Amino acid sequence: MNDPRLHFKKPLLTSPFHARTSALSKLNSWGPWGGYTTVLAYDDESMEYTAIRNQASVYDLSPMVKYRITGKDAAAYLDRLMIRNVAKLKVGHAHYTAWCDDAGKLLDDGTLFRRSATDFMLCCQERHLPWLLDSAAGFDVAVSEISEEIAALSLQGPCSYSVLKAGGFERVAALKPFQMADFKFCKSGTLTISRTGFTGDLGYELWTSPDRALELWDILFEAGALYGIRPIGTNALNMARIEAGFIIANMDFITAEHAVRGDRARSPLEMGLEWMIDFDKGHFNGRRALVEEKAKGTSKWALVGLDIEGNVSAEHSLIYHNKKHEVGHITAALWSPATKRNIALAMMQRPYHAERNGDLWVEIYASRELQYHKLMVKARVIPRPFINLARRKAVPPLNY
Amino acid sequence: MPSCDAIIIGSGTNGLAAAGRLAKAGRKVLVLEQGAVAGGGAITTEFTRGYKVSAVAHLLNLLDPRVEQGLDLKSHGLEFAATNVSTTALSPTGDHLLLEGSYGETISGSLSEADCAAWNDLRQKLMRFAAVLRPFKAMTPPRLGKGVGNEMLKLAGLGLKIRGLGRDDLREFMRLMLINVADVLDDELKDNRLKGIVAFDTVLGAHLGPRSPNSLLLLLNRLAGEALSIPKGGMGSVAAAMAKAVQALGVEIRLNAKVQSVAITDDKATGVILKNGETLDATTIISAINPKTTFLDLVGSRHLDTGMVRRAGNILMRGNAVKLHLALKGVPEFKGADLKTRLVIAPSVRAVEDAFNPVKYGEFSQDPVMEIVIPSAFEEGLVPKGHHVLSAIVQYAPVAMDSKARAAFLKRIMATLETYAPGIGKLIVKSEMLTPEDLEKQYGFIGGNWHHGELAAEQMLFLRPFIGVAQYETPIPGLWLAGAGSHPGGGISGAAGWNAAERILKMEGRR
Repeated sequence: MNDPRLHFKKPLLTSPFHARTSALSKLNSWGPWGGYTTVLAYDDESMEYTAIRNQASVYDLSPMVKYRITGKDAAAYLDRLMIRNVAKLKVGHAHYTAWCDDAGKLLDDGTLFRRSATDFMLCCQERHLPWLLDSAAGFDVAVSEISEEIAALSLQGPCSYSVLKAGGFERVAALKPFQMADFKFCKSGTLTISRTGFTGDLGYELWTSPDRALELWDILFEAGALYGIRPIGTNALNMARIEAGFIIANMDFITAEHAVRGDRARSPLEMGLEWMIDFDKGHFNGRRALVEEKAKGTSKWALVGLDIEGNVSAEHSLIYHNKKHEVGHITAALWSPATKRNIALAMMQRPYHAERNGDLWVEIYASRELQYHKLMVKARVIPRPFINLARRKAVPPLNY
Repeated sequence: MPSCDAIIIGSGTNGLAAAGRLAKAGRKVLVLEQGAVAGGGAITTEFTRGYKVSAVAHLLNLLDPRVEQGLDLKSHGLEFAATNVSTTALSPTGDHLLLEGSYGETISGSLSEADCAAWNDLRQKLMRFAAVLRPFKAMTPPRLGKGVGNEMLKLAGLGLKIRGLGRDDLREFMRLMLINVADVLDDELKDNRLKGIVAFDTVLGAHLGPRSPNSLLLLLNRLAGEALSIPKGGMGSVAAAMAKAVQALGVEIRLNAKVQSVAITDDKATGVILKNGETLDATTIISAINPKTTFLDLVGSRHLDTGMVRRAGNILMRGNAVKLHLALKGVPEFKGADLKTRLVIAPSVRAVEDAFNPVKYGEFSQDPVMEIVIPSAFEEGLVPKGHHVLSAIVQYAPVAMDSKARAAFLKRIMATLETYAPGIGKLIVKSEMLTPEDLEKQYGFIGGNWHHGELAAEQMLFLRPFIGVAQYETPIPGLWLAGAGSHPGGGISGAAGWNAAERILKMEGRR
């Protein structure tokens, strides 16, 4: 298998946690993610979701694409790359960020971790090495992909702090959201824990080397046994992230490099990411296009949150104004257990996202025993995130 | 408070043309030249004591009439040692062909009647097509889109002109646009000497062989120029006349002023910073130097989007022409050829293609092809009495050549010359060979390319220097391009500079 020409024999890689995840995968429900095979649901999607909101959940984050950016100009390089101000990101912190092409269209979003003044890690959905390398021209930086060098778990849920404390990592108590710290475990194992996540709940992400992956897993599950710790698959995570209002590249928007149709790429202004753009930090990729888009008001779309009547999830549905004119579509939806509402993320044509959002209808094709029933139900634009949990931000975190 | 309206970086013919055009419109212009003389690639050098020669380009065929007349170069000292220079297709046996008039209007020598007639037809056809393309040179390339400042009337006129070719000619025009020159020559002509010289003229200065796709387009580009001429005193006198002309219009030319970077404030070009640390302010900054250098060095990637840095870095700039200067202590004898002509060694299409092949793999031609001019045959005063200077553009040499390769290539050139002009080696007092690498170092020809970006179908018109900046405007407000890297390209012409200035004036008027 070392012959790279034989890659086709194993089209999907397995994560460093595969020995544990495959053993627990009762449904044998797998899906590809970033070149890896990942669990969609272990045994019961609803119970997995419930663990995120009520217990402690563990999600295998290893397939996440990861880059390391180091060097004297690393911060300057990232400031030119990202729409957000990287100079403001403190050492030992992380922030959510996004980056654009020349036309000001989103290439991806991701989380940027600052390990030192000159050492960063970027986590994202898609692969970008050529873009990141070409962006390095004129900067004293080294960029490398480290996806396979890091094994990562996302520990999320109200009991996640308790689990870490029980596992010997009580120092995480001091971590504020988006802060991180290094730990030792099992003698020589090194671990970085960041208070980050994709659920909108109290939670942490744990980063270690692949050779220590299984030890880390075992520590968590031993420590978490009394807290109802449970491995979760992508389906449950997706439910939680919609409630938290988070977007996913190539699900809620097409990344510019993947868009085939000319009108599919989206700008950060259209994806509700304007809050993170720092127009005053100097030049960054796409800045001129975004300045113009903002000045001329040429944004065509807007991502909004919807509250939809009834309890039928509106996935893949079209949205109409006055029941007649198509004005948008749903990118993600579910009946939300946490809010007891039928919620959705929707891509709306302007100005139906705001000024003219009074008469919106969602056309849902509800499958009832192999027959589709067409529902036309009222929808209302509501703010994101749909949930706002105090425990997510509490410092120190509460003992559940 | 800026002391001028516009700063032009680089005093090559394009920089000076732009300066002249802007000064005529009442702008106060400062031209910055890093060297000790104005002219860029249009200069005369004394490469060894007592021998003067055009340092780079040695023939004039593209000087833009708008520049020549608009700046009244004649009254500022531009004189010609020869105009309408004929060409001799050299034969190693002395059986030369002489092409006279505008690109071989008449041919004398041992050419069959059939080839003579075929050449006339082909030449006329090429001239017709070149004439259709010529006006494009004197305008900003069009761009798809509304409100992008296209010269619609002019474009409509040009479109009509192309339509006016008639059905058969239009079809033929479309067929030939992207064809290679070798196929056309093989279709139409039999004589190897004639085919050789046309093939050579097509690929002169290009990283192409006659069989490379689209090569014919370069011949049409060449034919869209003027007849060959030799300025009195070498190419430096063109630049000198231009410099005098623009100075008379109030333009200031500062020599030994190397620009280190373009000053950018609030995403606008506000001036330039010189190597000595001095900052000069102006609202319009015009770079008439290499576009790659402009974007990657003077502006810097921090002020540019990654996609643009990619495109700037990917401009094709491969140059394989070597400039050779020989100081001779007597008259070289090219087996009866008239020295007061352009002498070309390119015995066949195959010979040119064979010369090109090695350079694709980083090696030099074993049997180089070349264009020779003996300026001292046209005018006195360049060299000591009874002596001569030979100036040749020789192809093909790779950019990277160590001293061993240089010596070996020079040896191959001399062997070729000896075949055509026996005894020339014994006349040599001093020789100078400028490889693509030398030209890059001395004249900023990145990659050794004389045109600051290869002239090829994929880098012409709105694709020159690359998409997005082909209309001389850059994404940084106040920064403009005006060099040979922009449309319509290189040669001692001034067209790009003049076009750029016209565009700047037009776009300023719109604001």
